[in-house]
Amino acid sequence: MPTVYIPTLLQTFTGGKSAVEVEGATVRQVIDNLEQAYPGIRERLVDQGKLRPNISVAVDGEVTPMGLLEAVGPRSEVHFVAAIKGG
Amino acid sequence: MKTQEYSVIGTRPIRHDGADKVTGRALYGADFQMAGLLHGYILRSPHAHARIRRIDTSKAAAFPGVRAVMTADDFPQAPDRLVDLGEGDTPLSYARGNVLAKGKVLYKGHAFAAVAATSVHIAEEAAGLIEVDYEVLPCALTAPEAMQEGAPILHEDLKTKEFGEQTGRVSNVAEHFRHVMGDIEAGFAQADVIVEREFNTATVHQGYIEPHNATALWNNDGRILVWCSTQGAFVVRDVTACLLDVPVSRVRVTPMEIGGGFGGKIPVYLEPVAALLSKKTGKPVKIVMSRKDVFEATGPTPGSYIKVKIGARKDGRITAAQAYLAYEAGAYPGAMVAPGAMCVFAAYDIPNVVIDGFDVVVNKPSTAAYRAPGATNAAFATETVVDEIAEKLGMDPLDFRLKNAAKEGTRRADGPKYRRIGCVEVIEAMKKHPHYSAPLGGPNRGRGVAVGFWFNVGLPSSCTISVNADGTVNLVEGSTDIGGTRTSIAMQAAEVLGIPAEDVRPTVVDTDSVGFTAVTGGSRTTFATGWAAYEAAQDIVRQLKERAAKLWETDAASVTMERGIFRAGDKSITFQELAAKLDQTGGPVVGRGAVNPRGVGGSFSGNIVDVEVDPETGKVTILRFTAVQDAGKAIHPSYVEGQMQGGSVQGIGWALNEEYWMNGSGTMMNSSLLDYRMPTALDLPMIDTVIVEVPNPGHPFGVRGVGEANIIPPPAAIANAIYHAAGVRMNRLPMNPPAIMEAIWSQRD
Repeated sequence: MPTVYIPTLLQTFTGGKSAVEVEGATVRQVIDNLEQAYPGIRERLVDQGKLRPNISVAVDGEVTPMGLLEAVGPRSEVHFVAAIKGG
Repeated sequence: MKTQEYSVIGTRPIRHDGADKVTGRALYGADFQMAGLLHGYILRSPHAHARIRRIDTSKAAAFPGVRAVMTADDFPQAPDRLVDLGEGDTPLSYARGNVLAKGKVLYKGHAFAAVAATSVHIAEEAAGLIEVDYEVLPCALTAPEAMQEGAPILHEDLKTKEFGEQTGRVSNVAEHFRHVMGDIEAGFAQADVIVEREFNTATVHQGYIEPHNATALWNNDGRILVWCSTQGAFVVRDVTACLLDVPVSRVRVTPMEIGGGFGGKIPVYLEPVAALLSKKTGKPVKIVMSRKDVFEATGPTPGSYIKVKIGARKDGRITAAQAYLAYEAGAYPGAMVAPGAMCVFAAYDIPNVVIDGFDVVVNKPSTAAYRAPGATNAAFATETVVDEIAEKLGMDPLDFRLKNAAKEGTRRADGPKYRRIGCVEVIEAMKKHPHYSAPLGGPNRGRGVAVGFWFNVGLPSSCTISVNADGTVNLVEGSTDIGGTRTSIAMQAAEVLGIPAEDVRPTVVDTDSVGFTAVTGGSRTTFATGWAAYEAAQDIVRQLKERAAKLWETDAASVTMERGIFRAGDKSITFQELAAKLDQTGGPVVGRGAVNPRGVGGSFSGNIVDVEVDPETGKVTILRFTAVQDAGKAIHPSYVEGQMQGGSVQGIGWALNEEYWMNGSGTMMNSSLLDYRMPTALDLPMIDTVIVEVPNPGHPFGVRGVGEANIIPPPAAIANAIYHAAGVRMNRLPMNPPAIMEAIWSQRD
């Protein structure tokens, strides 16, 4: 199962766990399953069917432009990080 | 392709726009002329924080030569929503409010009205006739001040956000970021040495030499045509359309040549105003900022308050690190503290970390990106503390850094593990450089080192390439050329096509003429638009193989191409020969490339700096400066070196002299380049450069962006050099003569 690293400020939903394993073949499925286990967490990550503004998702260390549609492997790491642009 | 097989990449051709630039023929926004052109002038707030009770524009409107006057009330009042300003999503009301304030002004220089007239002098004089009734309010000018209980509140609707959740508290703290890894208390308990220091850094400006400018024509057919200086024509298109509440297809933006940006020419200030003035007058309207406007009303980089605590064992391993970063966003949220918090310990492999970042609004201009935004402030703090710990442990500062350096597989405090990175290679190159072991050669001299990291980004880019009958190609792209990107993009196409870089003619076009392309920023252009050019060139190769197959009456799959020669069996034809046969083999060949790439490779940068400190005056002279950076693969080494030198010089200015010198009521007292002290050639030695190449496996040619990471280490490296020269640890920027003398005197006391 993919491992989802829970942002520090969302660990209140997971009882302080910094990483949890949940099923899912895409980021969207992973978040849906995360919501099943930890109700309320999806709203903090997703708004109107998209990742919330200024949040990016990194799968296996790489920030993906595909967002919720990004494929996730059974041994993937999923991180939610601040969206970065630059100068 | 393997490195040794490249014939174009890694060479140093003359830039395609070189002749126009050196002969003065290149057209910048202020050069733009059009029949019937009117001139706009923006009226700005004299107060750092005030409520506008009433504006009376009647006298200005009646002034001879004036054609239109406008205020924020002239903007369509579309309902608030989030809009992408090129640096992330922002509420529309904030974007609109920064272009022209409504109800309240939030910084000295905040625009709130505009005049169009037959000359800029008439427009300025008429603007002076606009009557404004202000209720002046107390102001908050630094992050710690604005975070205090009872501080003046800038936005009555602003509540602190924490990862998607809006807390109920009205505050000047727009957002709180937090990253925790490991057990911080256990980590510090394992440490033999702990150093904790506080730092303050001043607001500084990117200092691009060309002021912002825009010309707009609201055409009779309803289309809005814009010519301007910008890092991202599509951002200008989208923001202008959004503020004017029209579809993006109604706006066409033509990017003129740009005289510097460094992140500061991503935000939009003038274009929607010029467009509305044009709508009111039926004429094109041009607005050009003065230098004072640029300082007071565009986006400098945040001032900051930072606290860093690091612990290490006697064997030189860092066991724990903690940071508190409060960055000044200026008038609207978006202080770049998120990347600051992600970069503050990014050069190191540290098991136990806590980082808190705060995005704080203050009564200063709304900040913008500046080369690796947020990272330079953070590195100044971290790298100074790292240096102090190395000294306390009796270790060489580079050995200490090497022992703790981040590498492939290191987990950053914000979560992800690094892919292939070049942190170790950069530090090793610093250590091997003759500069590091050269004698200092005199008293009051010291040597300092520091390293820094920047992520770089991908984002969408588009290109088309068409083949000419003479064997050259035209490359059409949408990335504003900064630092020679026309050429670095063209070279990647040339490499694929097997033709010289000079045979690719790159053109930066308007937003109607190429697919969406994100900003020239985030060190992305050579990486992402270069990748789009690579794809477009591959498309050309695929099509030309089909043409060759047609000529030879064979299957396209049997045709190969290497270094510009197509072959099948015993037959061969050059790119140029085949280009001459397009008409007879099916007509024109046009290739396309459109990418939104992953595979971004971050870049590490390091400096070795020698300084001499005058103990009587506190003046710091940079004696020698070496910049080392991982470029992945340097497409055009001269332009990589140019980025490294430019970033270093800006970092030196940030370190030693540059600052917004604010009085107590929020007025910048040094808003000219005479008083805002940027370094000149006379202040600097030759900046020596060392390009490290740890190819990025995520890019076809191994490219990592190089535009930003080079600005990160200079302030810390210089602070460390000052310490070794004068014996004082500096904890604030700029480290100008008064600050150094104060430090020397306080140590004597």
